[in-house]
Amino acid sequence: MTGPTTERGATTTDAGAQAQGSAAQGGSPPPAPDGAASLTTRLAVYRMMVEMREFESRAYDLFLQGLVKGTSHLGLGQEAVAAGFGAAMQPTDYTFATYRGHNHTLARGVPMAPVMAELMGRAGGLMAGKGGSMHLTSVAHRMMGSYAIVGAHLTIANGAAWSAKLRGSGEVAVCFFGDGTTNIGAFHEALNFAVVWRLPVVFVCENNRWMEYTPIGSVTAVTHPAADRAAAYGLEAILVDGNDADATYAVALRTLGRARTGGGPSLVEAETYRHGGHSRADPGKYRPDAEVQAWLARDPLPRLRARLVEAGVAEGPLAEIERAASEAVDAATRDAIASPAPDPASVERDVFADGGSSWRR
Amino acid sequence: MTYRDAVARGIAQEMERDPSVVFLGEDIGAAGGVFKATVGLLDLFGKDRVVDTPISEQAILGAAMGAAMTGLRPIAEVMFSDFFAVCWDIVANEIAKTRYMTNGQVALPLVIRSANGGGSRFGAQHSQSVENWAMAVPGLKVVAPSTPADVVGLLAAAVRDPDPVVFFEQKSLYPTKGEVPDGEIVDELGTAAVRREGEAATVVALAAMVPRALRAAEELSAEGVEVTVIDLRSLVPLDMTTVSASVKATGHLVTVEENPRLCGWGAEVASIVADELLFDLDGPIVRVTTPHVPLPASDALEDAAMPTVERIKEGVRRSLG
Repeated sequence: MTGPTTERGATTTDAGAQAQGSAAQGGSPPPAPDGAASLTTRLAVYRMMVEMREFESRAYDLFLQGLVKGTSHLGLGQEAVAAGFGAAMQPTDYTFATYRGHNHTLARGVPMAPVMAELMGRAGGLMAGKGGSMHLTSVAHRMMGSYAIVGAHLTIANGAAWSAKLRGSGEVAVCFFGDGTTNIGAFHEALNFAVVWRLPVVFVCENNRWMEYTPIGSVTAVTHPAADRAAAYGLEAILVDGNDADATYAVALRTLGRARTGGGPSLVEAETYRHGGHSRADPGKYRPDAEVQAWLARDPLPRLRARLVEAGVAEGPLAEIERAASEAVDAATRDAIASPAPDPASVERDVFADGGSSWRR
Repeated sequence: MTYRDAVARGIAQEMERDPSVVFLGEDIGAAGGVFKATVGLLDLFGKDRVVDTPISEQAILGAAMGAAMTGLRPIAEVMFSDFFAVCWDIVANEIAKTRYMTNGQVALPLVIRSANGGGSRFGAQHSQSVENWAMAVPGLKVVAPSTPADVVGLLAAAVRDPDPVVFFEQKSLYPTKGEVPDGEIVDELGTAAVRREGEAATVVALAAMVPRALRAAEELSAEGVEVTVIDLRSLVPLDMTTVSASVKATGHLVTVEENPRLCGWGAEVASIVADELLFDLDGPIVRVTTPHVPLPASDALEDAAMPTVERIKEGVRRSLG
């Protein structure tokens, strides 16, 4: 198999497939005939991205103020991947994300306030302070967890997809992970398994070029860490501009549709960039300035905004989306700060299904 | 019925009862398991529910976890318990911690079966007794039956339990036989069984060490020393009620453990007894364990390493003083 070809938006070795990306069934807004999203959907994607940007910027500020403790890994700059997929997923589909999972959590409609409170370790947090930034989970929203051991959750997403298949539910599992994951064993075990069992799962590699402090290209045998590995599992090599929300939405619709209609798994590599460092207050100074500037110029938010204006959306509604997002983050921050610390007695709760942690009789 | 056949019977009983129970692992279906403990299940339940997997322990246990969190009740097999080392992340970081980390949002009703322990001359990478690894991880329940009837009943209890259970089958016990009543059998996790009663000392054992402790007890009986033998059956929950009641009565505790010595399960039992029953003791707590070595392959060496009837008797004598 040759390497992935390039065209505008989602690029694949199967150029024709992109235009047919409308196989998803059910509640998503119907895509326009050329496979592009409707204006309503694009505005919804833009709103999600603005909310993510505002939320993550605030999380960074709160970390510097000492209110967000421990660690947090921000998705600033990578919003178009989570939002594009979030808009294309059905409410019953499953999300599995990594420790850089705030965006993916918000993309499933999880309210901001409990997410912010979880980052601060408060009683009102999404997991009442038990999980923290790296483990955001909201089963009610089918956000099935953020996993902080690289690679593990690809195998777990398979299990949800297997269950969906056995139950004939039509649900699809979407599993997001970083470029560094492509070099760990679980990635390869999971891909083989998913293909052999023809599971309804979409693996989405967010290639932001840097693992933690080391560039992925310097330690990987192939140029495209996920797409170039697809052939090893008989999968189509799918490379998408991860900073182009229209492209991520289109590839999401197509791969979700394939999974939902029995076509089996997909492996998508979305090329993107994190605007900040790996975690905490890391300024990311190890990255060449020219590279950072080039990627900042490809910021997914102004890109989509300009296209919406081009498509005839007036300034007013866009400004309103931005104002509302800022207000929502302010409100979530206030709620989170007002939330008390968790009850210390909760330390010994919920290890086992009986609600406790007792290991002896 | 053999311990081996009891495994298939227990799984079949639960798969028959509950269509959400599925079974996956390496060589478990068409081949009937490398220990022939799962023969016939593929024919009974079909390839959707009895699934042969690639040699991918992380993928196997990850699939079990993802299936458990979305409505199924999987039984996964890890062929040899030594292989837990290649998928311990999924066991210890993912399966064990997820209910807690998510503040109780995620339930993981799953069972991981594995052939554990020595006595088969397989050498260090296919023989270790690793029940103490599992016991050390908060969030796991840990079971290790010693009889065919317990295999069926405890496996059923494990499948029905709302928490993840690691189920150790001791591989040298597979050919052993025992009575198994007809009909459905469902036991209770966290309950030890008193296999023999005697007033001189309390001997606590697990899995393959139970029949060995019983032989030692018979030989001691011939010398006029009557000991109680408790089959612990599960490490989490740990039935200290049964153990403590017996130790109070006898004043002596001897643990018989197949795991290597350091941080073996007997150390926990001993520390609880020392903490709570020190003034009921009439002699030292003695732990009979495999020494802190990898298990050797040669029959002569492996037999020398694992606790023997003779060493158990010596342990009892040492406690009695």
